[in-house]
Amino acid sequence: MAAVPDSVPAVADGLRAVGYLPADSTALVAYLAYKLGKPILVEGPAGVGKTELAKALAKALERRLVRLQCYEGLDEAKALYEWNYRKQLLRIQAEGQGAGWDDVQDDIFGEEFLLSRPLMDAITSEQPIVLLIDEIDKTDQEFEAMLLELLSDFQISIPELGRVEARTRPVVLLTSNNSRELTEALKRRCLYLWLDYPTLEHELEIVRLHVPELDRTVARKLVEVIGMVRELDLKKPPSIAESIDWARALLLLGARDVDADLFRETLSIIVKHRTDLDVVAERVGVRLDPAAGVAGQTQT
Amino acid sequence: MPVRRRPDGRPPEALPEGLAASLVEFAEELRAEGVGSGTAELLDAFAVLDEISWTAPEDFREALAATLAKSQEDRRVFELVFERFFFRAAEAAAIREGVRERGGDDGIDAAHTDIDLDELRRQIAAALRGGSESLMRDLARLAISAFARRDEGSGVIGVDVQRIRRALGLRPEPRPALPPDDPRRAGLPREALRRFEALLRRELERGQIERTEQLPPSRPLSELDRALPSGPLQDLAAVHRVVAQLKRRLKTQGQETRGHRRHAHVDVRRTMRASLQTGGVPVDLRFKPVRPRRPEIYVLCDVSTSVTSASVFFLSVLHALHDSFRKMRSFVFIERISEVTDVFDRERDFRAVSEAIGRDAGVADVSGYTDYGRVWSEFRELVEDDLHPRATVIVLGDARTNGRDPRADVFAEIAARAGRTFWLNPEPRLYWNYGDSVISSYERHCQAFECWTTEQLEDFVKALARPAHAP
Repeated sequence: MAAVPDSVPAVADGLRAVGYLPADSTALVAYLAYKLGKPILVEGPAGVGKTELAKALAKALERRLVRLQCYEGLDEAKALYEWNYRKQLLRIQAEGQGAGWDDVQDDIFGEEFLLSRPLMDAITSEQPIVLLIDEIDKTDQEFEAMLLELLSDFQISIPELGRVEARTRPVVLLTSNNSRELTEALKRRCLYLWLDYPTLEHELEIVRLHVPELDRTVARKLVEVIGMVRELDLKKPPSIAESIDWARALLLLGARDVDADLFRETLSIIVKHRTDLDVVAERVGVRLDPAAGVAGQTQT
Repeated sequence: MPVRRRPDGRPPEALPEGLAASLVEFAEELRAEGVGSGTAELLDAFAVLDEISWTAPEDFREALAATLAKSQEDRRVFELVFERFFFRAAEAAAIREGVRERGGDDGIDAAHTDIDLDELRRQIAAALRGGSESLMRDLARLAISAFARRDEGSGVIGVDVQRIRRALGLRPEPRPALPPDDPRRAGLPREALRRFEALLRRELERGQIERTEQLPPSRPLSELDRALPSGPLQDLAAVHRVVAQLKRRLKTQGQETRGHRRHAHVDVRRTMRASLQTGGVPVDLRFKPVRPRRPEIYVLCDVSTSVTSASVFFLSVLHALHDSFRKMRSFVFIERISEVTDVFDRERDFRAVSEAIGRDAGVADVSGYTDYGRVWSEFRELVEDDLHPRATVIVLGDARTNGRDPRADVFAEIAARAGRTFWLNPEPRLYWNYGDSVISSYERHCQAFECWTTEQLEDFVKALARPAHAP
């Protein structure tokens, strides 16, 4: 699509063209974020395509994706910038005798000696980019506070250098699995998007987009079964990626229907916990037809 | 602070006068219901409305939600307030302008003078299994007019909604007795049924407003409205989520206290010993090391019939606590007490745990009624040697003794031995000490909390995380 989408359907079409099927609200919020220059806070269960959304947006807008993966203990040095002290030392030694301290001091705290990390990278980029701050809920609150300046004004203050302002307006996405409550200050600066598991029809579309060779009736049965599995209280409900994997597996096996035997054999593709396996086999497996082939076909 | 940035610097006058005022009012109402939307959010809402065509209802709602409701719970409240607010706003405008949708007996009523109830039932059931919103609304109106004709209206909207639903035979449970082609046979989806009820309620309200030509008083959302629409399974997941969040909060909370008290306590003994090096002058102050509190927890959970509805909640709390605290022993009781710590260690799955407890705990003896007196004595025997001032005892129960001796003296003894004792009661405070509830005699020896929602659970865990001798 054109690098400058001018309406909600244009964003939706752009995302669709790069293989991401957005729900209505997803396209709308993405468009608003783009227009207003506000970050999006994307929340939802694991595996509903939060990270994928950022990747697809980058592709659709024809921008580079800068990604910062968050984890416990992530700090400024790893996210923002660090002084390249080895280079600074070399510089001091090379100058050595002649130069006065003032000259050297001015010199060694220049941009040349800055090791830029993802966030700095995003700010200083010449081309507009998409910045993805993944799993923000994994970091500590202090790190969140540090992000505030970046998110509201797109600038970073470095004590020795002064303020670094963004040259272009990046599209920023923050994802969270809701493992802890984010601060009000952070939420206030973002648009909020809740991504949930897709509806049956929507998921069918997604599966068919990624595995077009799979038989239509099998694909339909597949998403129905996935829907049933998600209703159970599982440690880890199957994500969209897992339904696609399962569809691929069924295609490889040449399945013509999802029956109880096949389900039991391929269960490990969608359920990844031992206790979950038992629950699913007990609750969903029995609801499927025991007999393969013709009997099953008529039912769907 | 410049919170809002407009790319082109246009003033926000593009919106019609009335809408701006309504939006501010709407934000007020959201705040009144506890959604924290500040001025910054409101300004954002105006900014997004510049970007979309605000005559498209779905986009309008989504755009507002993206700026005003910043969590899933907020979103839920947002939906309800949005419905209520704009419904009322539209009706108020209709009264002001004198707009009436249908006058007397023409229009939709006349077209269906003889509404075939069976056909209507069938159609509604079919619509519930995958019909559009507008189809369902039309059917809701039909149903209302069909029942208005039979003169069964009670005048109370909530009662009427349930009457109509019952008369239509809409139930979520499967009913194998019906003929195979009836869409109600396999049971109706709960979510759709709830939506249909909401439509019925709204159409009834609309009719009432039209008749009386005034708006009924706005009614605040009840706890029930706010609760996420969910079956019991999802409730368990919610408890787990809360406890998982709490676990994280507990961690950070502990650190806060450590920071505050870092220089608070001088360790006199170690300071004196260090001062020997400097000739008895305490140059070097030694502080008491601050150890993170590692609570040792004993949980007693009532699983008798009087708390049946709450015991699933309790068991899931127990299960979630078990995941969070390493040093924890769990007990369940009815007439007798039984330790189930190893059940939780062995089984990671909640369902298996509750089954195992039901099967082998052997807590019901003869009558199946709770006997607190006996439970305390048995508990004291079981853990007498292990209880110490760093331990915390938590009781989950309704303190209904069924007329038996409460033995508050034994409970007091247990509470005295343990560092802290808490009581979580699943009954609203209003019912405490009413009937055979003897919570007051226990409350003297422990801190009692009302606990039947996840928020109340949160309050409690905050109290639990607080250091024992905090002021």
